[in-house]
Amino acid sequence: MSRTKELQKNLFGGTTSNARQFVMIATLVGIILYFQISTGGLTLQSGNLIALTQQYAYISVLSIGMLMVIVAGHIDLSVGSVAAFTGIVVAKAISQHDVPWPAGILLGLAVGALIGAWQGFWVAYVGIPAFIVTLAGMLLFRGGNQYIGNADTVPVPPGFREIGAGYLPEAGPDTGYNNLTLLLGLLACAAVIWRELRSRQVRKQMEGAEPAPLWISVIRIVVMVAVIVFATLRFAGGRIGTSFPISGIILAVLVIAYSYYTRNTAGGRHIYAVGGNSRAAELSGVKLRRVNFMVMMNMSILAALAGMIFVARSAASGPQDGLSWELDAIAAVFIGGAAVSGGLGTVGGSIVGGLVMAVLNNGLQLTGTGSDMVQIIKGLFLLGAVALDVYNKKQGRFSIIGSLTRPLRREPSAQSSDPTAQDRETARI
Amino acid sequence: MSAPPLLEMRSITKTFPGVTALSDVNLSVRDGEIHAICGENGAGKSTLMKVLSGVHPYGSYEGSIVYRGAETRFSDIRASEHAGIVIIHQELALVPGMSITENIFLGNEPRRFGRIDWKAANSHVLKLLAMVGLNEDPDTLVKDIGVGKQQLVEIAKAFAKDVQLLILDEPTAALNETDSRHLLDLLRGFKKRGITSIMISHKLNEIEAIADSITILRDGRTIETIDVAGEGADEDRIVRGMVGRDLGSRFPEHEPSIGEVFFEVRDWTVRHPISAERLVCKNSSFTVRRGEIVGFAGLMGAGRTELAMSLFGRSYGVYLGGRVFKDGREIQLRSVADAIAHGLAYVSEDRKAVGLNLLDDVKTSVVAAKLSKITRNGVIDEAAEYHAAEEYRRNLRIKTPSVDEGVTKLSGGNQQKVVLAKWMFTDPDLLILDEPTRGIDVGAKYEIYGIIQRLASEGRGVIVISSELPELIGLCDRIYTVFEGTITGEIARRDADPELLMKQMTSTKKLATP
Repeated sequence: MSRTKELQKNLFGGTTSNARQFVMIATLVGIILYFQISTGGLTLQSGNLIALTQQYAYISVLSIGMLMVIVAGHIDLSVGSVAAFTGIVVAKAISQHDVPWPAGILLGLAVGALIGAWQGFWVAYVGIPAFIVTLAGMLLFRGGNQYIGNADTVPVPPGFREIGAGYLPEAGPDTGYNNLTLLLGLLACAAVIWRELRSRQVRKQMEGAEPAPLWISVIRIVVMVAVIVFATLRFAGGRIGTSFPISGIILAVLVIAYSYYTRNTAGGRHIYAVGGNSRAAELSGVKLRRVNFMVMMNMSILAALAGMIFVARSAASGPQDGLSWELDAIAAVFIGGAAVSGGLGTVGGSIVGGLVMAVLNNGLQLTGTGSDMVQIIKGLFLLGAVALDVYNKKQGRFSIIGSLTRPLRREPSAQSSDPTAQDRETARI
Repeated sequence: MSAPPLLEMRSITKTFPGVTALSDVNLSVRDGEIHAICGENGAGKSTLMKVLSGVHPYGSYEGSIVYRGAETRFSDIRASEHAGIVIIHQELALVPGMSITENIFLGNEPRRFGRIDWKAANSHVLKLLAMVGLNEDPDTLVKDIGVGKQQLVEIAKAFAKDVQLLILDEPTAALNETDSRHLLDLLRGFKKRGITSIMISHKLNEIEAIADSITILRDGRTIETIDVAGEGADEDRIVRGMVGRDLGSRFPEHEPSIGEVFFEVRDWTVRHPISAERLVCKNSSFTVRRGEIVGFAGLMGAGRTELAMSLFGRSYGVYLGGRVFKDGREIQLRSVADAIAHGLAYVSEDRKAVGLNLLDDVKTSVVAAKLSKITRNGVIDEAAEYHAAEEYRRNLRIKTPSVDEGVTKLSGGNQQKVVLAKWMFTDPDLLILDEPTRGIDVGAKYEIYGIIQRLASEGRGVIVISSELPELIGLCDRIYTVFEGTITGEIARRDADPELLMKQMTSTKKLATP
């Protein structure tokens, strides 16, 4: 084994090599560096990172739910329409029916849950393919949005706008930075170190399983802390009045929660089992229908949340909200290493996949590339990423992605690095 | 034999990774005869036919095939069909939503200037249907005719390809009495027209009635070829050839300690999931004692798997009736979760399709059926998971570099051990093992037998479903025979011999319980 390979293995995975995730992160870093140079330093400026976070937070929220849907072996085409539908319902309730905005958010989540239950019912209990159910939902809720909103734009009040356009407030002494963002960065550093130590401890309890050498842990911590410190200073040191966006915090919380759920709980493991081999899962006592129902329902709740964040950011709900969001979310999940046939993929991977697309998009716009070329390049990129996977699978090694992403999903020593790293990288934008 | 044979397969050896399916097999088929091939499940009959028809192309096997005096090197099934060799598989290869005509000419459409010449097809199809004695409108969709007639459509399809050597794999397995007789008559008619047939069959009475020669395979080897005209077909001789082998030291020493009856099934009746009038289990009743290994013998399709799966939380078919008792109390097994909770475990015959998630690694597979044992408040304790998997890796001697390894990287025998570990982890009282040694090598088989015996010694009940009679006789304390969804006999170990079992497995006549 070559030295670099060994390093890669130690940094990113436990027993099996983890080339795919390595390639993804390397690609991301490469793209960022490329645009950083070609835009003359614009990409990593505070203002751009903050805008990027706000712009893509809602897509990433969708891609978390989409990851679980795709892992379970389904697809959801309705997320954009569900987001738009929820947006108009919430906007109308708040601005025309005097519902206080916090209650409006709860109402939005409830609407999402109801829609999700509707779609989940058809998929899980009637057995109609999710592709069809959500294709119908796409039309249904797009029409619903226009019916309720009369194809008009409905504004939302300032309080509600915070979840999409708000920032961490200024507090404490004047340090020249946003203090709360600094605090957040500090917490993130502490969390990274704590996780690394804890994973070493867990690994030690497993007799026979060697924890990675100490210096690997040290490198991992140093790299991640450096990234976090850099991102923190950028976010905290932007234009006065801006700092780390509220939508970024919502996303970070969701990423951590869902990473944990999919990787560390029985419920999460059932989703992978259903997607990997539904018959085997069923014969192992997994309640197939319930899993499918919950996955579809969860997706619509997250779509509702994404819709609200978007409405809050643009200060109004309109008939064009959420158009083709489903495509962005699905692309992010597949670039992030999920398998079309289900059973494989990670929340962290999907976030990185979404980031790659976001940075690509943002960088191309900054360099003044027309939207025609942007779409062509993104399309080719998606095709290339998945083609690479398919090619690897055809080489006779059953499901390369499987063996590659597995350590990330469940390997304790690998876990410590990636999701947190990815959260931080999300924050870095 | 004066005339040279139509087909001669010489010293055919075919290996799959880890398994030798055929070893030095010889087959000689005379022109114009009906040649039967007999053997137990897994004896290599189907593999031999796949070699002949090019499914396993030239180069993937050793030995030579001489057809009409010339050596053949078929690269695929089209090449063999071009030479007039057509195989009809047990699972029919028809498109249900297409008409009889469309099916017959599928992939072989008569063409005129690149367009399908339906006029030619329609006039030709009537001739073909007359040849096979099928009196149906050729525009009828295949899904609307019975399975017997579908079989005839398959044969007509073979004639459309100008067949000279027709191979039928278990042609009557899914047919009723009348359809079977019709099919056999048809084969005799073909013989008169000079068409040679090779028929794989389990049904000895049919073979006796129709075959001119019989070749017996066992464990991938040719045992003998019987010339019926010269020597006469003797059922006992065939059975002996099919099953007779040394049972000597293939099983670990085991002293059974059998307790009370703790598990009982009464009048279990289940119908096919789609076909409402087809019963896959008819009033099946059986018992299992603690510490006992109970065998279920039967031919493929006899309904053993269906019985097991329908018991295991109604995982197959539609439940019509029957009761299950455990430790004297009636229990309800409405879902797999129920079954697991009541201490049942079912190890599937098809570990790749339904036994394992092939994307998983060893440790996630081991704990998959009872996550509750390693979770606290829904959160998986990874150290506990690792320790559990490690324990089984050591106890069952699963050969893997670590429990983090993907299950696809393991050999068949070790995968099977992982599946066994997965169900042992649920701490079951009754294990149902469906073909536990299918597709794994002799050494691993021995180890699996040892594990099964150990499970019984721990006071658990074990049901072993197997198509290998010697395995059942060597391993089980008691054997039930199953034929067409009915339990046709119960034989204690001391009385069990292959010929008796084979007879019970192939007839509905109930044996008087000794």
